[in-house]
Amino acid sequence: MSKVWDIHGGIHPAENKQQSLTGPLQTVALPKTLVLPLSQHIGAPATPVVSVGDKVLKGQLIAAAKGFVSAPVHASSSGVVSAIEERAVPHASGMQAPCIVIETDGLERWAEHNAAANYRNKTAAELVAIIRDAGITGLGGAGFPSAVKLQPRQSIDTLIINATECEPYITADDQLMRQRSADILIGIDILAHILGDPERVLIGIEDNKPEAQEALAKALANKPVSEHAPPIEVVEFPTKYPSGGEKQLVQILTGEEVPSGKLPADLGIVCQNIGTTHAIYRAVCHGEPLVSRITTVTGKACSTPGNFEVLIGTPVAHLLEQAGFNEALCPQLVMGGPMMGFALPSTAVPIVKATNCLLATTAQESPAPPPAQACIRCGHCAEACPANLLPQQLYWHAQSKNYERLEAHHLGDCIECGACSYVCPSSIPLVQYYRAAKGEIRLINEEKQQSDRARIRFERHQARIEQEEKDKAAKREARKLAAEAAKAKREADAKTGAANTAADTPSASTEKSTTDLDIVQAAMARVAANKASPQDQRKRFERAIETTAARLAKAEKDLEAFTKDENAELNKEQLAQREQQRASVEQARLRHQEAKNKLAALDNEQSSEQSSEQSPDQKTQPESPTDSDDEPELDRAATAIARAQKNAAQLALMTPEQKLQKQRDSLEKRLGKARTRLAQAESEGSEQLEAFAKAVSSLNEKINATNLELASLTQTSEPANKPAQQSEETR
Amino acid sequence: MTEMSSLELLLTAVIALVALATVFGVILGYAAVTFKVEGNPLAEQIDALLPQTQCGNCGYPGCKPYAQAIVDGEAINKCPPGGQATIDALANLLDVPAPELDAEHGEEAEVKSVAYIREDECIGCTKCIQACPVDAILGAAKLMHTVIADECTGCDLCVEPCPVDCIDMLPIPQTVSDWHWQTPLTPAQRFASNNPSHHSNANLIASDRGLDDSKDHAA
Repeated sequence: MSKVWDIHGGIHPAENKQQSLTGPLQTVALPKTLVLPLSQHIGAPATPVVSVGDKVLKGQLIAAAKGFVSAPVHASSSGVVSAIEERAVPHASGMQAPCIVIETDGLERWAEHNAAANYRNKTAAELVAIIRDAGITGLGGAGFPSAVKLQPRQSIDTLIINATECEPYITADDQLMRQRSADILIGIDILAHILGDPERVLIGIEDNKPEAQEALAKALANKPVSEHAPPIEVVEFPTKYPSGGEKQLVQILTGEEVPSGKLPADLGIVCQNIGTTHAIYRAVCHGEPLVSRITTVTGKACSTPGNFEVLIGTPVAHLLEQAGFNEALCPQLVMGGPMMGFALPSTAVPIVKATNCLLATTAQESPAPPPAQACIRCGHCAEACPANLLPQQLYWHAQSKNYERLEAHHLGDCIECGACSYVCPSSIPLVQYYRAAKGEIRLINEEKQQSDRARIRFERHQARIEQEEKDKAAKREARKLAAEAAKAKREADAKTGAANTAADTPSASTEKSTTDLDIVQAAMARVAANKASPQDQRKRFERAIETTAARLAKAEKDLEAFTKDENAELNKEQLAQREQQRASVEQARLRHQEAKNKLAALDNEQSSEQSSEQSPDQKTQPESPTDSDDEPELDRAATAIARAQKNAAQLALMTPEQKLQKQRDSLEKRLGKARTRLAQAESEGSEQLEAFAKAVSSLNEKINATNLELASLTQTSEPANKPAQQSEETR
Repeated sequence: MTEMSSLELLLTAVIALVALATVFGVILGYAAVTFKVEGNPLAEQIDALLPQTQCGNCGYPGCKPYAQAIVDGEAINKCPPGGQATIDALANLLDVPAPELDAEHGEEAEVKSVAYIREDECIGCTKCIQACPVDAILGAAKLMHTVIADECTGCDLCVEPCPVDCIDMLPIPQTVSDWHWQTPLTPAQRFASNNPSHHSNANLIASDRGLDDSKDHAA
């Protein structure tokens, strides 16, 4: 017999196991309906693969596993899927969860299933796949998918079979070992094969199950000796609650403590429940998925307590009926053991894969607890704790919701066995505090993860918006430049309309730098246009109407497009932009109107045979006397003289600097004119080309000289009024 | 050895001190450049405590701007989604007394909610998509939109811009997977709440104590 170790703490509650061990394992009559929750295990809920109205056979897959840590669900009997809906499930919350409901047909027809001929010839991966597809989860109570546990990354040297049914009242595993020990040993052999035949296999069993031990020993003696199989040893140790906890059992059997936050696999150990081992045997050697389990129904409220082999999904009420349950006697029905179980809200819930016990105790058997008193710091809880924690410290911190301190005291290592609550002289429901705090911590962690994700999404969103804004601003800038260029071009076009010099002016004016020269040129062109024949004028106005109409249409279209866009973007800047667009439409409309008016005026003039021109443009045209060359009209000459006189008067009042400026301006005007003439001459191929060219160059020289003089003068005076004056004059 | 004059002594001391000052100055200067902390670590710490709903209830366009504002002296009680827990955490971080939540900015919601678009009524205007600070709404112009419920922070910024009012804020229903035990009530609380059903669950384990009485029966 190998050595056993002791664990810290632990308690010795009344066992109460005899009641349910009086008879043999019983079978349960087939219930009319089976309710199969999609989530009977730890991990992601299974996904239904059948729909309402489908006929299903016993053992048929009805919900597939979703993800790595998950388990499929199989029909426990043949029948028809009558509903896939929310039903009350056995859960401490008493809430509803999605379930598949099957109306049984009473035929118990099996779906096709194949036994693996010789599991020793199969690879570990194949066997794990069989176990996974059979929907086997830990049958001890936690319900962790077994296949996940059988794929450790570490190499395994010890396989431990948990035959330690340490909670009071429960005898399901005991019964199983007594009656099916040979099958269990085959299941253990399968596990050993999957894990690469570890050095030793230990079956940990408490000394309160002598019959089960005997049955196992007998089966071991009869077991054919296989060359690969490691020796199986049944290890007996003193009864103490909670020896059946995984980490506790590992410590009892090997003396090694599983560190906080680690798994037994980190020590090279895999631990499996003995009920699970039997289910694995059924799955591999018979091809049967997990459709039934052994459940203890006990308590004084049951007249015939015992162990029942029950189909998964059987309503609790149906099973209780078989055990002679008297509802009147039972104030509180518990699923699981008295230490770690939870109260069921109703008897409509089904038996699930992890249901090892239904406890129907009378009020006298488990009376309502006395009200909790204040903690007296007696320290009994710390002595009882099998995980070496400080329950009273945890209690204080849980009360004050100090989650940081709770984690520092390793709340996560609490196995919620209830030993501390059991020994507490003040009847403080300690474990409830820990469960609540654990839930809170889990929630906080989830929220933290969620908020981290939200933060990243927000930051990316912000970055994207910024980039979009930047792109938009760049586009806007580009559009603005293009619009300015186009505007300048159009204006030049309109102004030089009638003039034949149109050929080179646009190119000059499209150059962004609207130098004085250009303005002068434009002015010259205007004058030339004014001098043009009424026909030409008419043509010009008509063209102006055309262009303004086109511009108006374009502006309106832009605005429309923008208003459409505006559905998508709505901020102040864009609103302002839209307003601007509107204003430009308005402007275009005004221009259009103006051009029309002008044409109308021209028509009027022509009809009244008045030869004198009254273009508003011309009145403001500042023409120096020198500019007015051979002007045939008398009126014109008169106005020119008047203007010249006025100019002279102005000139007298001017500073030398202003005089110079004016001089330069007029020179430039002349230059412009000269250039126009030159261009004209060029295009006409005139003989006077040379003369024109000379005039231009001499004018240029003069301008340069004036500029120099001006520059020397302006050094001391303010240049502020210069551009204003200039623009005044050129208009 | 001749004795050092007092001037020499003074000089030695001054030179030594200047040398030390230079050496440490160089070290400090180097450290200031090499170990320079980018950004404001305090703002980031505060940001980490905020719930990241990006709802703007605090008056700032997101949690990060509010975190920066707190660094600049803004009150810490303007975050209704975070509630008292966030205020307490901020107070703890900044070592200031924790005030009550400023009711002006809204109330702490009992249950978290998530936006839901009634898809039949959605006209596909994309206004909610632009309003969503975490890009949790999917859709395109003139096509139906929908909310990615897992990414929705429940800030309800999308509700107001909807021209057809087809967005609802629905409370997230509790399921078995996110349920957890409640802290048991103290006797005084239980008396005040007058809810006996609460204690039946809470004291189940302590009820084991009654099992001792039936020991003789078992044996």
